[in-house]
Amino acid sequence: MSLPIKDDEIDIVIGALHSDLTSFMNAWRPIFSRFHLIIVKDPDLKEELKIPEGFNLDIYKKLDIDRVVGTSTSIIFSGYSCRYFGYLVSRKKYIISVDDDCLPAKDNKGFLVDAVAQHITNLTTPATPFFFNTLYDPFTEGADFVRGYPFSLRSGVTCALSCGLWHNLADYDAPTQALKPEERNSRYVDAVLTVPARTLMPISGINIAFNRDVVGPALLPCLRLAGEGKFRWETMEDIWSGMCVKVICDHLGLGVKTGLPYVWRNDRGDAIASLRKEWEGVKMMEEVVPFFQSLRLPQEATTAEDCVVEVANAVKEKLGSKDPMFARTANAMLDWVKLWKSVGGSSSSPGA
Amino acid sequence: MVLEPATATQTAAPAMPQLKDELDIVIPTIRNLDFLEMWRPFFQPYHLIIVQDGDPSKTIKVPPGFDYELYNRNDINKILGPKASCISFKDSACRCFGYMVSKKKYIFTIDDDCFVAKDPSGKAVNALEQHIKNLLCPSTPFFFNTLYDPFREGADFVRGYPFSLREGVPTAVSHGLWLNIPDYDAPTQLVKPLERNTRFVDAVLTIPKGTLFPMCGMNLAFDRDLIGPAMYFGLMGDGQPIGRYDDMWAGWCIKVICDHLGLGVKTGLPYIYHSKASNPFVNLRKEYKGIFWQEEIIPFFQQVVLPKDCTTVQKCYIELAKQVKEKLSKVDPYFDKLGDAMVTWIKAWDELNPPSVLNGKAS
Repeated sequence: MSLPIKDDEIDIVIGALHSDLTSFMNAWRPIFSRFHLIIVKDPDLKEELKIPEGFNLDIYKKLDIDRVVGTSTSIIFSGYSCRYFGYLVSRKKYIISVDDDCLPAKDNKGFLVDAVAQHITNLTTPATPFFFNTLYDPFTEGADFVRGYPFSLRSGVTCALSCGLWHNLADYDAPTQALKPEERNSRYVDAVLTVPARTLMPISGINIAFNRDVVGPALLPCLRLAGEGKFRWETMEDIWSGMCVKVICDHLGLGVKTGLPYVWRNDRGDAIASLRKEWEGVKMMEEVVPFFQSLRLPQEATTAEDCVVEVANAVKEKLGSKDPMFARTANAMLDWVKLWKSVGGSSSSPGA
Repeated sequence: MVLEPATATQTAAPAMPQLKDELDIVIPTIRNLDFLEMWRPFFQPYHLIIVQDGDPSKTIKVPPGFDYELYNRNDINKILGPKASCISFKDSACRCFGYMVSKKKYIFTIDDDCFVAKDPSGKAVNALEQHIKNLLCPSTPFFFNTLYDPFREGADFVRGYPFSLREGVPTAVSHGLWLNIPDYDAPTQLVKPLERNTRFVDAVLTIPKGTLFPMCGMNLAFDRDLIGPAMYFGLMGDGQPIGRYDDMWAGWCIKVICDHLGLGVKTGLPYIYHSKASNPFVNLRKEYKGIFWQEEIIPFFQQVVLPKDCTTVQKCYIELAKQVKEKLSKVDPYFDKLGDAMVTWIKAWDELNPPSVLNGKAS
């Protein structure tokens, strides 16, 4: 059912927040080795990267980022935001990105999950955002549209984003994990589903894939918390980016899927220590959600770049006065579009 | 996964049947109730309402040991008088009569060809217990949680989920799924006659606000106090131009009303094992008009706006009936009849369920 995709249409982008990627790369070797990889080193990382042999990859470091991006931009590619540089310089149609503290997970039969293959399947089969299918993804083998699903909606739309999940350390916020320090996610939910149009969700950057041609510029490294840190508990950059992407996908008639594949996320960090920093992010969501829920983009915005500009202007107008962080974010978004247009290769395809 | 239902001996009764005096099990039947033997350990503590469709002179035997009331067509006519016209004949849509006469807070309805499923570990699934869990836990329709139901053991709200939305809203409906014979429409059944649903998806999730879904009546539970009057299964079967859209119709109505009133609808677990595949050619004849009509019906429901002063389910439903007549009659005169039947249903519901006078407040 899915289109046959050539390996050379795919880039795997890894933001290196750890210098020693040996065990990470070796664990993913059976799955990653056929593809081209882009590794972006966190500019704040002092140690040299340790990467095992046998991969087809390009590595970008602080020097490269500075050279390409220059000093004119307000965007800071440090920490988790470093991977977006990889998105910028990639020239492939599909990008898959996982955090460097994640390993392949096992499915409910004990087999290693090929996260790349699953993400590609998700991206190359239609999404169905206009009506909910109770048997989840109708394009999965062994499933279909159920009785009562309108026939005119059965061809679906292009899937622009595929959001995977996490075993072991789930992507909880610091307060939640601090309250349940022993909780680990072991449930394997064997489903992919389309997130309905106009429904917002927290899109985690830990295990994500997207169609760069249609939504590339909409994944953006623009929101930085004052206490932005090197643990997922200390950032909301992906959550902000995800809200933008979802609104833009809804506007452009593109789909967002969630569910499989799972990755295994290593235990790392201390939720309680991160608690002090993360309240900022928690407060931020309260302001941000009503804004995104009421955001409507004009019909004339037909590309992802156009949409990002519209969102940025709306952020400036409606959230800028509430907190200087939002004004900075809006400017960063405009900078990002400029950067994308000059460095990101051809502009994204209009519409779906 | 080897697909088979749980046997009666594999099915163990729970130590403490929850809500046993607050929940009725409504079963429509035209054949027999043999399937109840499989469900006995799970169902026996509960009161059953059997709605007998078809020939009222036939006697439907209920397996011994169940506490039940049974209504055939004669009973329905006697109880409702002229209003009985809103209850379908020769279609399982007649089950909604059971919802109307129940005096309990919760309803679980199941088809007579549905058996106990097994989960991937081989354990028998207590569908009723899971539905109760779903109904007693809040729903989260305003923001999607990527780890599905955050109130389930072993799950929670993910990073980025606004704290102000974590309390959730009351759950009005719990929609379960089916292993083995999936609920496909006739064209799909004809193309894939051998497809069986073997995928056990271990999730419950809230269907987001503003999103419609195809609600199947085979394995369904709801809070009668919260949404009961909107669970009308329409005019189907004998003398009607359409069949197999009863639960669909109810599903679109309840979802629009739940969205308006801030109530939640969940889907996913529990699974039952659906054993009987109905004849796809018969189904095609029943569904045929529906397949075309739903192309008009869906945009209608997607665009429905209920006025702010519709603050009860009945008010919402009457308003909906009015809009059905206004906007869908041009599709087919059937919808004019259906709109009238919707009003009749509400009148009958209110007659059989007068507001409680005990505390002076309307129920």
